[in-house]
Amino acid sequence: MIQVKSLSKFYGKKAVVEDVSVTIQPRKITSFIGPNGAGKSTLLSMVSRLLDADTGEVLIDNTNVKKMKSNDFAKRVSILKQSNYMNVRLTIRELVSFGRFPYSKGRLTEEDERIVDQSLEYMHLSDLQHRYLDELSGGQRQRAFIAMVIAQDTEYILLDEPLNNLDMKHSVQIMKILRRLVDDLGKTVVIVLHDINFASVYSDWIIALKDGRVVKDGPTEEIIQSSALKEIYDMDIPIQDMGNCRICVYFNS
Amino acid sequence: MKKRFLIPVLIVLSGISLFVGVSSITPLDLLDFQSEETQIFLISRLPRLISILLAGAGMSIAGLIMQQLSRNKFVSPTTAGTLDATKLGILVAMLMFADTTMMEKMAVAFVFSLAGTLLFMQILDRIKFKDAIFIPLIGLMFGNILSSVTTFFAYRADLIQNMSAWLQGDFSAVMKGRYELLYISVPIVIIAYLYANRFTVAGMGEDFSKNLGLRYRRIVNIGLILVALITVTVVLTVGVIPFLGLIIPNVISIFKGDHLQKTLPHTALLGAIFLLVCDVLGRVIIYPYEISISLMVGIIGSGIFLYLLFRRRAHA
Repeated sequence: MIQVKSLSKFYGKKAVVEDVSVTIQPRKITSFIGPNGAGKSTLLSMVSRLLDADTGEVLIDNTNVKKMKSNDFAKRVSILKQSNYMNVRLTIRELVSFGRFPYSKGRLTEEDERIVDQSLEYMHLSDLQHRYLDELSGGQRQRAFIAMVIAQDTEYILLDEPLNNLDMKHSVQIMKILRRLVDDLGKTVVIVLHDINFASVYSDWIIALKDGRVVKDGPTEEIIQSSALKEIYDMDIPIQDMGNCRICVYFNS
Repeated sequence: MKKRFLIPVLIVLSGISLFVGVSSITPLDLLDFQSEETQIFLISRLPRLISILLAGAGMSIAGLIMQQLSRNKFVSPTTAGTLDATKLGILVAMLMFADTTMMEKMAVAFVFSLAGTLLFMQILDRIKFKDAIFIPLIGLMFGNILSSVTTFFAYRADLIQNMSAWLQGDFSAVMKGRYELLYISVPIVIIAYLYANRFTVAGMGEDFSKNLGLRYRRIVNIGLILVALITVTVVLTVGVIPFLGLIIPNVISIFKGDHLQKTLPHTALLGAIFLLVCDVLGRVIIYPYEISISLMVGIIGSGIFLYLLFRRRAHA
């Protein structure tokens, strides 16, 4: 369980995240949603220690993250951010092997090699494993990074807008994989999403932010309601039930 | 670009290098230990070969580390002000101490070299427009500013003549007793190899490194210290060798990728081979005179550099 307690981050005098307290349940997909500039990514970065919070604290299984060693932290929490620098020529396998870095510092044991193989298999990348990252499509590259996170074998997996620049097919593919990570492997996934319908269909819990504050925090069916969405996005969004999915029809509202 | 291909090439070239020169020496002469030929061999030829190998491997690895840590293929000691900062450091050492020893020069030059490189990395952090070609251009400008400061003070102190000796890389003056400082690059290269995986991870960015539990800043600083040490020892013993740290890592990256633990030995080998070829050519072309190595490397290297630039355009 991740507990965030009155976390704030200021850039100059402006609060990007202000007094946020939330709890992230284990073995669930929790989505952070909200308008641009709501502080979703900043919050995720603070939870994952990429950014230092100005006030407040983050507890993971009742331990303050600031008190954990970098290496131990890397075995429990992984974070995947949108990476802009993808001109490094590594093969998929080399990248996924770095997921074992917190365990073996680059000298892979047989056990490590086995886990790398499994992760590649899990993401259907075994055939592509010797291809260089800069030769891949966006969807393949994103899968390679997720395979690395799987090899890192952390209980908590945090992802910052993993569907950016992906087409529909690959977006669905990635979300299904995340669902399987939670349902089959018992991971806890926290994800920043822009597309509210992906959040609606795939997540168990939704935390909505606006202007650096939490405006809604609850199970998906409570948040995907016209009244709640009005508060978050200032838009009148009708909701349609389609099979088991609740779809937000925001295109002409 | 296999190691089993590079190593024999290096050995053959080393053999040629040992027996090419103004006074003809044959392997048979070496049997007589007292002969003049053997003396020349031990005092001049062998030190020359060793220093070429060490400088070639060292500068290439320095370039490789810089490119990885700055995440830019065109950053190297030549294009990031490291060489110019080193020269400024040597000048300051000569101005500060009347009778400068090698160690004093080395210490002062190291401080300047490291400070210059750190300053460039700071500038890099602040630039929003991270174009692959724009960044080395800034580095070159930064280097030229440092260089103009050096020239100004060298002129005022009447040291221009003396400084120009450091400007041009030259192996003809390498002799027993004058190159041993270069051996420092041996342990540095070993340390670089031990840190290869960490440098590769750091090259994927700060967030990526932190995710894997790596202390990013520390690794970057260690890398830059290694680069500064290599650069200083090379400049102090043989002078400035341009382009080497730029082109060799790029050529290896095209064939072998960027996993440093795998590419570092190749980079070192190819660097040594390239410098050997330039040196032998420089000694043969206007025989019995010699074209300085920095000129040879500059001509061939800038050609390859241009090719790499255009190749990049074609692929982009």
